[in-house]
Amino acid sequence: MRAPSVAEIAAGDVLLAVEGVSLAFGGVKAVSDVSFDIRKGEIRAIIGPNGAGKTSMLNVINGFYHPQAGRITFKGKTRRAMRPHAAAAGGIARTFQNVALFKSMTTLDNIMAGRSLKMHKSFFWQIFRHGPALSEEIEHRKTAEEIIDFLEIEHIRRIPVGKLPYGLQKRVELGRALAMEPDLLLLDEPMAGMNLEEKEDMSRYILSMNNYYGTTIALIEHDMGVVMDLSDRVVVLDYGRKIADGTPDEVKKNKAVIDAYLGVAH
Amino acid sequence: MLLYKIFIDPFVQMGASPDLFVQTLWEGLVAGVLYALIALGFVLIFKASGVFNFAQGIMVVFGALTLVGIYEILVRWGISQENVAAFLALGLTIGVMFLLAFAVERIVLKPLVNQPDIILFMATFGLTYFLIGFGEYVFGGSSKVMIADQLYLPKGFIDLKILGGVVSLQKIDIAAAVIASIMVTGLALFFSKTRIGRALRAVADSHKAALSVGISLDQIWVIVWFASGLVALVTGIMWGARSEVSFALEVIALRALPVLILGGFTSIPGAIVGGLIIGIGEKLGDFYWGALLGRGIESWLAYFIALVFLLFRPQGLFGEKIIERV
Amino acid sequence: MLYREAGQFKTNYASDLAVFPILQDRMGIAAILLVAFVAVPYFGNDFLLQAIMIPFLIFSLATIGLNLLTGYTGLLSLGTGAFMGVGAYACYKLETLFPGVNIIVWIVTAGFASAAVGVLFGLPSLRIKGFYLAIATLAAQFFLQWCFVRIPWLFNYNTSGAIEVGTHTLFGIPITGPNATSTTRYLIALSIVVVMTWFASNLVHGRIGRMWMAVRDMDIAAELMGIRLLPTKLLAFAVSSFYCGVAGAMLVFLWYGGAEADVFSINQSFFILFMVIVGGLGSLLGSFLGAAFIFILPIFLRYVPPHVGMSIFPATVEHITFMITGGLIIFFLIVEPHGLARLWQTAKQKLRVWPFPY
Repeated sequence: MRAPSVAEIAAGDVLLAVEGVSLAFGGVKAVSDVSFDIRKGEIRAIIGPNGAGKTSMLNVINGFYHPQAGRITFKGKTRRAMRPHAAAAGGIARTFQNVALFKSMTTLDNIMAGRSLKMHKSFFWQIFRHGPALSEEIEHRKTAEEIIDFLEIEHIRRIPVGKLPYGLQKRVELGRALAMEPDLLLLDEPMAGMNLEEKEDMSRYILSMNNYYGTTIALIEHDMGVVMDLSDRVVVLDYGRKIADGTPDEVKKNKAVIDAYLGVAH
Repeated sequence: MLLYKIFIDPFVQMGASPDLFVQTLWEGLVAGVLYALIALGFVLIFKASGVFNFAQGIMVVFGALTLVGIYEILVRWGISQENVAAFLALGLTIGVMFLLAFAVERIVLKPLVNQPDIILFMATFGLTYFLIGFGEYVFGGSSKVMIADQLYLPKGFIDLKILGGVVSLQKIDIAAAVIASIMVTGLALFFSKTRIGRALRAVADSHKAALSVGISLDQIWVIVWFASGLVALVTGIMWGARSEVSFALEVIALRALPVLILGGFTSIPGAIVGGLIIGIGEKLGDFYWGALLGRGIESWLAYFIALVFLLFRPQGLFGEKIIERV
Repeated sequence: MLYREAGQFKTNYASDLAVFPILQDRMGIAAILLVAFVAVPYFGNDFLLQAIMIPFLIFSLATIGLNLLTGYTGLLSLGTGAFMGVGAYACYKLETLFPGVNIIVWIVTAGFASAAVGVLFGLPSLRIKGFYLAIATLAAQFFLQWCFVRIPWLFNYNTSGAIEVGTHTLFGIPITGPNATSTTRYLIALSIVVVMTWFASNLVHGRIGRMWMAVRDMDIAAELMGIRLLPTKLLAFAVSSFYCGVAGAMLVFLWYGGAEADVFSINQSFFILFMVIVGGLGSLLGSFLGAAFIFILPIFLRYVPPHVGMSIFPATVEHITFMITGGLIIFFLIVEPHGLARLWQTAKQKLRVWPFPY
């Protein structure tokens, strides 16, 4: 599959839309009245200074936080709030800012755990681990191995991920998300704390996912170079509000964005 | 008929003989004070080291046992003045509690810094068993009598003629309530006003961060374990004066756990209010409703009160609401 | 033959998925089973079977049960003793109500009663975690223990308050009660434990095991991946309690021959928990090692010192056992939180490259 052009995206189907979402913790407003959409097949960046509410926004999208106001439409179905299970079952996968892997499990088990939702053989077959349960296990093991090949992590297949260096952990986490064969992949700072080479690798994986599997991606990233190179459209948050939305070039020139990043005397 | 027995009959009884009701209430109150004291020891350690110290109950028994044990040894050595021996023993026991705090810090806590909470929690199970074995090995397994008289603790009753009946209060219970409130006030001041108190709170928030600003974990932990050792010793003396000193007392520590759920792990006021609620609830429940279920519901009633409560307010009475982050 | 995996190629996923992918391991397991099923009953005396092997097997099973919950799913339970009790009392009631059915059926069925109770007391895990949950399980411990004492129906109104085991047979051979030999009871226990260990191993190596471990390691990430937390935790409670329940029924029917509520006290809960910790959290092999270690330690202390000319009072033995057990718990948590099982793995790793560890 070929990555769609900007024009195609603009005309494309909306995969997910948030409208007027507001979220507060006690008296602290994390997100106020934010609306934007994510179209099928695009790479959508969410940027903004620290504390702008970016991660909270992802948490709203996959149902971990329930906003006090607003609506979320995913695959044509509108809800007040997403539920984690519904989001995952609907094809939303996620990586985390501070790697949230299953630390004592091996790389392979982490990726296999990502396929839990796709495995259905009952408890009865599980206790025998023969027949249907075993063939299901083998079938999903094949998919897991494809992901391992794709991310070039064959050598760490059997190592508990807690023992891996940070850069590899990020990669395994991406693998675990991929194992869910998501329609929408949320990446929370996939390149934070990485060196240049690791960033380039990660960018390559993100682009290939988008190109070959057609996965729609929403990512939070602080490295502007990466954001501008990778993303099709960018939404900018500041203090929980949306201050800009458009192509990387448009956003770069936006006055409000420049002010938010450089700071102005109010 | 059953509904009548549950919802109406007990209250009729309460109204019919108010003196009995007050008596039960008072007993609940006293039990509550002692629960609160045990819970206080838990809270102290939890606040400062993030360790849920399951051994707190055993420290109560261990403190009391050590006191009586040392006293007996001193008397055997020929210190004829009972009061002198008693206070000497008290001083030595305080020393033992300090050594215990020091040893726990060196041997258990220090190697486990930054481990998951649950690992530290389980380590205190080990401590519990070790202290049981050690205490019995040194002082023998038989139960002992608390040296209450020798420590000038009051005894006897005060009979109050109220509500057309007699309510009798044990003087030792009154003393317990007074001492407990003095201790709580002192600890609250210590936590909020002193430099060490502030350091304690910093350590509770994060071991790593506290270390990085130059707070000595070793020192803080020894202090706080020593403080809760003292609380345990006082609790042990009070409880021992009402019954006898043996490892059977450890059950009271298990009874005190629901108090923590109720009050929250980090709140001193929570420990006190929780202790009183559980103490009173238990005694009233057993006295007025116990017959319906067969006796002995004391052993689990507190847990049920706490559990029901927990389902509606997982952070306890005074705890802060937890916001989960990813 | 040296312990090597060199030359053992896996050409399909099925063989790579095997629990024991290395040939020498499989041979080792076969040897252990052979010894357990043939050599031990043939050469073992009554003391070995009755005082060591039968309780060792029973405690191993209970330890596996608790390990599934605490080691694999990360939910700390202090109610193991009570769940074992539910199994024992359920088995007793079933056996007396329907004496016509074989007792082995009831021993296993009793596990389901225990599982149901386990699920009930696992419900709070929806809202609470960590030591809050541990305390909630104490509620189960105290409440159930109270039931065993205060509800006479459970022990058929015996004036002693105890449950007693009558004689039951399998193919005409007595397998419970005073007439059953320790050899038959041992073989029954061994069979149950082997089958249930195999089931447990299958579970933890498959989808369900991965879900449990995912919940243990990072529950939020697991939830956001679509693993429903409550059903997963409740399943762990159910399976764990099932194992504990069967172990409890076996304890009474295949070992003690009768029991009072005291047997299922909080001390029993701690005893099993210590086996889990010493053996290794999250390891089936560790469950056996831990059970052996903790159970045999006091026996060792009781019988060995007199042989080397030291005399120790029985009470002192008990005190020293407590001290050593407590000390060991702390030691293992500090030095090797994965317990004896990890030590064994490390040894195997060394053996694989021996004698040239470069």
